[in-house]
Amino acid sequence: MNELKPTGKVTGINGNMVSVAFSQRVIQNEVAYVLTGDNERLKSELIRVRGHEADLQVFESTNGVKVGDLVEFSGELLSVELGPGLLTQVYDGLQNPLPELAKQAGYFLKRGLYVYPLDRERKWHFTPSAEIGASLTAGCSVGSVPEGIFQHQIMLPFGWNGQWKLTWLIEEGEYNIDTVVAKASNGEEEREISMVQTWPVKVPISAYQEKMLPVEPLVTQTRIIDTFFPVAKGGTFCTPGPFGAGKTVLQHALSQRSEVDIVIVAACGERAGEVVEILREFPRLDDPRTGRKLIDRTIIICNTSSMPVAAREASIYTSVTIAEYYRQMGLHVLLLADSTSRWAQALREVSGRLEEIPGEEAFPAYLESLVAGFYERAGLVQLPDGGSGSITICGAVSPAGGNFEEPVTQSTLKVVGSFLALSRDRANARRYPAIHPLESWSKYNSIIPEEQVGKARRILRSGNEVDQMMKVVGEEGTPISDFIVYLKSEFLDAVYLQQNTFDAVDSGCGADRQKQVFAKILLVLEKNFHFNQKDEARSYFQRLRQHFIDWNYAPWQSEEYKNCEQRIDQALQKTHD
Amino acid sequence: MRKIYHRIIQISGNVITVEADNVANGELAEVRSERGLSLAQVIRLHGNRVSLQVFAGSRGIATDSEVRFLGRPMRLSGSEALLGRIFSGSGNPRDKGAPLSDNMIDIGGPSVNPANRIIPRNMIRTGVPMIDVFNTLVESQKLPIFSVAGEPYNELLARIAMQAEVDIIILGGMGLKYDDYLFFRNTLDEHGALSRAVMFVHTASDPIVECLLVPDLALAAAEYFATEHDKRVLVLLTDMTNFCDSLKEIAITMEQIPSNRGYPGDLYSQLAARYEKAVDFEDAGSITILAVTTMPGDDVTHPVPDNTGYITEGQFYLVNGRIEPFGSLSRLKQQVNNRTRADHRIVMDTMIRLYAEFKETLEKQSMGFRMSEWDRKLLKYGALFEARMMDLSVNIPLEEALDLGWKTLAECFEPEETGINTQTLQEFWPKKENA
Repeated sequence: MNELKPTGKVTGINGNMVSVAFSQRVIQNEVAYVLTGDNERLKSELIRVRGHEADLQVFESTNGVKVGDLVEFSGELLSVELGPGLLTQVYDGLQNPLPELAKQAGYFLKRGLYVYPLDRERKWHFTPSAEIGASLTAGCSVGSVPEGIFQHQIMLPFGWNGQWKLTWLIEEGEYNIDTVVAKASNGEEEREISMVQTWPVKVPISAYQEKMLPVEPLVTQTRIIDTFFPVAKGGTFCTPGPFGAGKTVLQHALSQRSEVDIVIVAACGERAGEVVEILREFPRLDDPRTGRKLIDRTIIICNTSSMPVAAREASIYTSVTIAEYYRQMGLHVLLLADSTSRWAQALREVSGRLEEIPGEEAFPAYLESLVAGFYERAGLVQLPDGGSGSITICGAVSPAGGNFEEPVTQSTLKVVGSFLALSRDRANARRYPAIHPLESWSKYNSIIPEEQVGKARRILRSGNEVDQMMKVVGEEGTPISDFIVYLKSEFLDAVYLQQNTFDAVDSGCGADRQKQVFAKILLVLEKNFHFNQKDEARSYFQRLRQHFIDWNYAPWQSEEYKNCEQRIDQALQKTHD
Repeated sequence: MRKIYHRIIQISGNVITVEADNVANGELAEVRSERGLSLAQVIRLHGNRVSLQVFAGSRGIATDSEVRFLGRPMRLSGSEALLGRIFSGSGNPRDKGAPLSDNMIDIGGPSVNPANRIIPRNMIRTGVPMIDVFNTLVESQKLPIFSVAGEPYNELLARIAMQAEVDIIILGGMGLKYDDYLFFRNTLDEHGALSRAVMFVHTASDPIVECLLVPDLALAAAEYFATEHDKRVLVLLTDMTNFCDSLKEIAITMEQIPSNRGYPGDLYSQLAARYEKAVDFEDAGSITILAVTTMPGDDVTHPVPDNTGYITEGQFYLVNGRIEPFGSLSRLKQQVNNRTRADHRIVMDTMIRLYAEFKETLEKQSMGFRMSEWDRKLLKYGALFEARMMDLSVNIPLEEALDLGWKTLAECFEPEETGINTQTLQEFWPKKENA
């Protein structure tokens, strides 16, 4: 491996695509660097070979590149570094730590500047756990270091095939990540293990025993999700919606409130401002589950819309690879990708420059298999040590024109287990979260028995029918019994489906609270009310709604909470005949 | 001495191709034809074939016209001498002043590092209740005005610019009617704002390629003032749909595969690269962008408004001379409207929700259904809301608008009909005069 790196010369430039003439061996998807006249090294990925010409997608602006410029091939696939210190970091799509770039380059990003993803100097307290002579496979732990609230496992590198025998282990102590902490032999050769390993992002890490069926609900503390359209640990779900329907607000709520160990936020081609909120808020916000700050369980991969588009494509893979790494430690990881449509658009841009035959809306024909491949990296797995870990993927989708028929939404729907349709109508009516209760679906288990949820669903459906009918025959043409069904469904919508993300109390509704509130709501929904006048019925439900809203805003199990509950009980009794 | 090339091997649309060596991507060149001198920019290289887009258009260019490469990308003078000046889309003076050459800076520079951004914190007061109360404009926001031809969007833009508390105003005009250009110039002049303004204007009769450079020039100037002089800059861009159409034209000429209605696949990235220049710095100034996007055929799902909506932090719909409450959205309002007045959010949410119900009632009424007691209340409310809040001639400060909101609610409804929680009602519901 001591020979000189293969090189080539630039022969053409089209946007962020550079053609290179080469004479030695090159590898599909390997990393290459374009060397400009100003001594900048522009990172690129090889994406096509034709004869003695290779096409590179450059992860930076290609302004100033000339025909004849030198290109250096690295021989390695696009990879990430995995090791302690990933948590709390903010990376770009190629895993450069953004705060470090800011220190070196100032206000603006500087092309050709790459920084080590992990701190080389920082010392970690390593505690060995495996026995010398133990038989290990890839992904088995040899020891651990504390990283925040977690025990970060140092594992046999995922790329090592077969059985390995541990031959040497360092003693407990403080070491930096490059220190060799263990050695192992497979009978033919002995290799060294440090605290950091690299892994090619586009290859799934599969150092687990088997994939299991996701059954345990992932509590998000958003009522409409947990009760009506639940998500499972290890499952996948998507939140398509037109702009302004609240995709990002919903993702933020999920990132703050979800009951998981680690949250990875992949801000892929979206607004920088949205990431900044996480960046600045999470270090201050408490995580009620651990007593630490939210940032302590968060990793942010941020390749926003104005950053280079090829790195946007990579950012999705970077984030899911890091998620797989933590899953391997027996943790439950939630990956929030906002938005997968921008990723698909990046694929489209590249495909267009390659002059491939376009599919629907000019997206490449292989879009569907790439989308499926991404979501399939989620899952609940059984680990070599018998434990389990999971990755749950939530992909925001931004369909062009808010039309769900478009290719990205459609190929996503084929592979996810839960579909939360965000609707412009509900957003316009300020009914947040704007998840449409009649269009969404989920294949996972709710925290509340399905037969009870089914009753509520039926009310929503018939309420909607009555509403449609009233638009034709008018309120006066509607029988009062139907009108009450309509009022019930509106009531359910207002006090349970809608939730105020910006209120400290209402934004987080735990599983126990949901069960209690839902039981009470079911009482209302199943009750036979007798009103003579529609106005009388309407004002009764308005009062009831008022009581429930007050209840939602009262802290869980507080004095106020109990008082509100009493007022509701009284209001319900008053209508007894 | 730079070489001069005489052999143009292809002329297609506004793009010419010459055979030349040692040319960099994005580099500028001068093309001299019988019609005069024009700038051109390298947009594709293939071997020694260099494709350039000619700013003044290719009309009149001969196969032996002179092409001289300048060895540098498009630049703009970063200096305070920009203030009070008017330039064309190729950066040449449009007024009678001299060209500027101090401290030349590259345009279309790299993105701000997200780690250097801060959470927006300052409201920009406009005196328009539909903005201040319902969709607050925030410093560093990027916000388009979605409208159709014939609506007073340029007037609204100018009015906000004059009333907003900012240090510097930069206007980027793309495909402006000459009258509109004069309107902006005169309005700035009347308010004495010309001396703190810079204008980059491409009028409808100018060569189409120059239109492409206007946002980059305007935003490079904005970045200069925000980072070097710590100024709060407001950038007005009108009309971004013309910019997108120019992109489309060049893309088609370059035989790129179109993605949607002829627009190139990278339309989103191109727009984002411009809009994302809006920023607020901890230790420097800020850039706020207000842009007009006319919707062809009043269709919000058209690729231009659609892609814009996904990039910007909300949008204002200007319909029938009013800012529509539905669809209009300021995504950053949550950052500031909790610090204006305690009842701001409640008034905002409640009034819009009731207005939505009013709209439903209106529909029922138009179909001839009998109006219930509740419907009649809503009808009264809707009319008051439109007159007191939506009318663009209303010009009152935020606090006054909030008081007016409570007054309107109290004139039309009983407290419990509003769905406001009891505590807030006790605090803010106007007391009856005779109670």
